[in-house]
Amino acid sequence: MPHLWDSLAAADIITAHEALEGPMLPILHAMQEYFGCIPEEAIRLIAARLNLTRAEVHGVVSFYHDFRRAPAGRHVLKLCRAEACQSMGSEANAAHLLHRLGLGWGETTPDGRLTVEAVYCLGLCACAPNAMLDGEVHGRLDAGALESLAMEVL
Amino acid sequence: MRVFIPRDAAALAVGADRVAAAILSEAQARGVALEIIRTGSRGMFWLEPLVEVETPAGRMGYGAVGVRDVPGLFDADFPNGGWHEKSTGLVEKIPFFAKQDRLTFARCGVIDPLDLDAYRALGGYDGLARALQLGAAQTVAEVKASGLRGRGGAGFPTGIKWETVRTAVAAQKYVVCNADEGDSGTFADRMLMEGDPFTLIEGMTIAAIAVGAARGYIYVRSEYPHAIRTMNGAIAIARRAGLLGRAVMGSAHDFELEVRTGAGAYVCGEETALLESLEGKRGQVRAKPPIPALVGLFGKPTVVNNLVSFATIPFILEKGAAAYADYGMGRSRGTMPVQIAGNVKHGGLFEVAFGITLGELVNEIGGGSATGRPVRAVQAGGPLGAYFPPALFDTPYDYEAFAARDGLIGHGGLVVFDDHVDMAKMARFAMAFCAHESCGKCTPCRVGSTRGVEVLDKIVAGDDAEENIALVKDLCETMKFGSLCALGGFTPYPVLSALHHFPEDFAPAAIPAAAQ
Repeated sequence: MPHLWDSLAAADIITAHEALEGPMLPILHAMQEYFGCIPEEAIRLIAARLNLTRAEVHGVVSFYHDFRRAPAGRHVLKLCRAEACQSMGSEANAAHLLHRLGLGWGETTPDGRLTVEAVYCLGLCACAPNAMLDGEVHGRLDAGALESLAMEVL
Repeated sequence: MRVFIPRDAAALAVGADRVAAAILSEAQARGVALEIIRTGSRGMFWLEPLVEVETPAGRMGYGAVGVRDVPGLFDADFPNGGWHEKSTGLVEKIPFFAKQDRLTFARCGVIDPLDLDAYRALGGYDGLARALQLGAAQTVAEVKASGLRGRGGAGFPTGIKWETVRTAVAAQKYVVCNADEGDSGTFADRMLMEGDPFTLIEGMTIAAIAVGAARGYIYVRSEYPHAIRTMNGAIAIARRAGLLGRAVMGSAHDFELEVRTGAGAYVCGEETALLESLEGKRGQVRAKPPIPALVGLFGKPTVVNNLVSFATIPFILEKGAAAYADYGMGRSRGTMPVQIAGNVKHGGLFEVAFGITLGELVNEIGGGSATGRPVRAVQAGGPLGAYFPPALFDTPYDYEAFAARDGLIGHGGLVVFDDHVDMAKMARFAMAFCAHESCGKCTPCRVGSTRGVEVLDKIVAGDDAEENIALVKDLCETMKFGSLCALGGFTPYPVLSALHHFPEDFAPAAIPAAAQ
């Protein structure tokens, strides 16, 4: 479970990485790992510590698809939408699952259990279609297998 | 008894961990003594999980093993290579494997990726030892003589890039590995990091010593958590063994190497955007010149190479430039790890000398489509690569031959589609993907991609189709010649090739047929 905002913990995260060359991305990854997202307070703190403007830090956070401004659901299912998975019917499988869950891309079930997101390639293209659930990879997912996978955490 | 089971992410995705656990518990229940060694993947993904056992004749394989096959495998005495319906015979005799020229991927799938002794037993670190004997100038000369060209897609001669960095005068230089493998249909970088990470470390170390850099970074995409873990593990082992850090291999050279994780931006696979990202900024493309070889990471001279380029260096140094340059055709020397993916029967990594035809790769090696339907199109070179129809399957796999047919080999990916594919939809996807991933710095890419989606939508809706086709072609010209980098510059390849080779899919009448 992600932690609630804690400025001391955030300061420790920055301290642990600030000696690196180009510490910004390592800091942001560590913040998101700890807090589940990049809170506004974190942006202020990073800006102050790295001697940047808040706008500069905000610019970096908003540029990268990985960084969230609010925590995701308890489980995150990333479905690949790139060409190799498309060639094996991923779009229809995804549409079926999203319809079943009543979700759009990037949305979370009302109980906060599952977020479904698009990803563009997991590098498992010879075992398409594929997906990643909470960091675990799954391949050769037909519509039924994909639905069972999602049901495991619902 | 030694049993080998991959820990490659694609093998895990189809149940390799469950199979390994089932074999272990079955062995214990039956009192069979066996040792399970987790390896990388051989790259024959239709056979994953591929379980191998050591026999006096060589390694015997059992392909596409599921947990329920495990008791039967023991009944068949598989630890001694006994026959079972999942037997593949000797793994190295499987035609897909036997037809390859495994130079860069020689150890991948064979050894435990974190077993440094196993790596050294198969020639590992002989390349670095020779580079240290040769000295910097001779090492670079060797890379030049090998004819190696950048395997990320641009195909720039690696030795020339190194020479530029080597002769640049600066107090600090860097080597950076581009492992931001975002192209759909590619997985060579991932496989190598998960299957033979010391090859990359050795290749980067040779580069660092050759150009006078003391620090290096491997920029890996965040979608590859398994590769990141294995790479970090290998770096720690190499450092403890004196192969990284101070006085590498007892020489006068220091080299520090670190993995950095991307954050889900495809454009960071472009080398200057990658450098910006490493510096902690938005991954926006830089205008060139100046080239990164002179003004790179933190403004310092920097070698930025694709992972496969670095990983090929140990072979070149160990066996000599001529041994590598003997493979290939024309100006494309050596081998390419071609990645055959998508709707294909035998998908996987096929490392082969340049010159094989596209048709051989798709039909003979890949075995045609997975669905058994006719192959209609192959996208070569990732989301920025052209779609080839079967009529062009005689194209030899070679940088220049692909360029002559308005395509590119890119990072070596091939995505196969059967006759269900709607090419207008694929063209639209190419534009939409560009819009999604554009860094926003230049107008042709940022605005052109969004306008491209709109115009393509009009075409399939039958809205002034002829005029709008002319418009989208014109837009593609603008993007091609006006974009700062390959994202906007190459998105026209899939769009124009789809329009050129599959015009019937853009006719309004095609919509009901394609929707069926």
